[in-house]
Amino acid sequence: MPSTENQENANPNGPSIKIEGLNKWFGSFHVLRDINLDVNHGERIVVCGPSGSGKSTLIRCINRLEEHQEGKIVVDGFHLTNDLKQIDAVRSEVGMVFQSFNLFPHLTVLENCTLAPIWVRKQPKREAEAAAMEYLERVKIPEQANKFPGQLSGGQQQRVAIARSLCMKPKIMLFDEPTSALDPEMIKEVLDVMVDLAESGMTMLVVTHEMGFASQVADRVIFMDEGQIIEQNTPQEFFNNPQSDRTKLFLSQILSH
Amino acid sequence: MTQPFFRQKDEMLSERPPPASTVGIIGWLRSNLFSNWINTSLTLLSLYILWMAVPSLIEWAFIKAQLSGDDRFACSEDGACWAWLDQRIGQFLYGLYPAKETWRINIAFVLLFPALAPWLIDNIPGKKWLRWYSIFYPFIAAWLLVGGWFGIIEGVTTNNLGGFALNLTVGLAGIVLSLPIGIMLALGRQSRLPLIRWFSVIFIETVRGVPLITLLFVSNILLPIFLPPDVALDAVIRVIIMVSAFASAYMAEVIRGGLQAIPKGQYEAASAMGLGYWQSMRLIILPQALKISIPGIVNTFIGLFKDTTLVIVIGLFDILGIANAMVSNPDWLGLSSETYVFVSLFFFAVCFSMSRYSMRLERKLDTDKR
Repeated sequence: MPSTENQENANPNGPSIKIEGLNKWFGSFHVLRDINLDVNHGERIVVCGPSGSGKSTLIRCINRLEEHQEGKIVVDGFHLTNDLKQIDAVRSEVGMVFQSFNLFPHLTVLENCTLAPIWVRKQPKREAEAAAMEYLERVKIPEQANKFPGQLSGGQQQRVAIARSLCMKPKIMLFDEPTSALDPEMIKEVLDVMVDLAESGMTMLVVTHEMGFASQVADRVIFMDEGQIIEQNTPQEFFNNPQSDRTKLFLSQILSH
Repeated sequence: MTQPFFRQKDEMLSERPPPASTVGIIGWLRSNLFSNWINTSLTLLSLYILWMAVPSLIEWAFIKAQLSGDDRFACSEDGACWAWLDQRIGQFLYGLYPAKETWRINIAFVLLFPALAPWLIDNIPGKKWLRWYSIFYPFIAAWLLVGGWFGIIEGVTTNNLGGFALNLTVGLAGIVLSLPIGIMLALGRQSRLPLIRWFSVIFIETVRGVPLITLLFVSNILLPIFLPPDVALDAVIRVIIMVSAFASAYMAEVIRGGLQAIPKGQYEAASAMGLGYWQSMRLIILPQALKISIPGIVNTFIGLFKDTTLVIVIGLFDILGIANAMVSNPDWLGLSSETYVFVSLFFFAVCFSMSRYSMRLERKLDTDKR
């Protein structure tokens, strides 16, 4: 039976995500090159690097929004292959927050939040709504529950998107540049929610250029360039004592303002 | 000496209403009808044309019109001749349907409204039950129109079904069938599975690439190929199949346009939440794609409805066929203006209602700007 083989890492003390020898190409472009990465339960990882370095592609491989050609990805004990059952299992355990929010514009905030619990988790509507209201409370916008996404500011929309993911009670949260599309005034309200989430013990992978966030909550900072992990370290060491020249150059460029 | 620059505002300004000349009726007239000299002269020209056309049209159609008489010779030359209405209205509505059976069409027509209501009106009591009823309505209507009942009620052959009743039957059946088939074809055309994609592309391109009139002509040769040998298809059913297939091909392309307007992020967000293909389509993608496609969908519906007049080529007498027959009848020869105006009113009423309803629907579904 394939399921026993596929669940080899299901023990709770093992890593939450295990990536081994991951390679991926877009056409002939080698976007991810031999990535090895273990993420522990409750670990908060910030991934940074110049644009085109493959950091978004890496986290999109973790919930199979991108297919990889070589290597092994095991998420919470599930092997990511072409097996749709495994993919669905992983997707219902892993929440994702996008740069462009991707809220469903034809549904109210509350409906956005209850859709997946009702249709994927088969929760009763009333129960799903009660849970959604709790999460909207947590991201501090319960009063917007019956509005449509188009009526909210960018920061509010991104907080709804976070609440929407949390409603599935995920074990892992992926953030793909969650503040890059926001006005400066709104970045803080989203980061506050993310800090709060990090302190609650959620396993998080965050692609971001917010270095303040990285030094405040990350257990580990990963620097990527040209599809490879160049350097990884604790935020303190990473910012104060970068090892490679490429990292030093990157840090000098983003911290120079 | 330069002015010292403004450093700090002492007090925030409060809101004021806009100037009176830009709001209300006067403001509307100024900005819409008399905003500049081109606009003003167009307004005056339009008023002049209306002044010339409307009174004489009313005079022709109503004031000088002749309402009764046995033939066209009872009518004067000045006004419209509506004398034929009294004799012929039954044919215009029901075609050659037996006169004493027309109550069946009337009942089917009345029963249509509760079948449409749950799909068109939001807050209607008993919506769930009405939806169930509407699923059975086509069978009820078909039986009412042509079925018999133990010899107490005689069956009617569909060839006798005609007039506007035939246009409505074919039009409604076409509308109800072409939307779901069009959706499936549009999704099929985007499918990753080659067989489904090829089938959709071939169907759409073939059916869309030929005139409907040829499809109707060849339907009695073509359709039997796909059916068991001993099934003889009734002419009305044949027309419904062909009209639906034709409209579905257009519908598929209209909806494909809507699907392509949905950002990739919507698909990704739906998959990332664990929704499967059909769930994503039904809950996320299609509601948005169909909303965008409403103008095109209604356009196709309206086209389909007017195309029902083509049934004349396979020997069915819809309202236009009846009209053609009448204007070539010696008693009523030469009354084409009156007849075709009358026929147009029927089509206009139905098509204009569809158009108005769709505009209301668009406003209701417009969640971006609410």
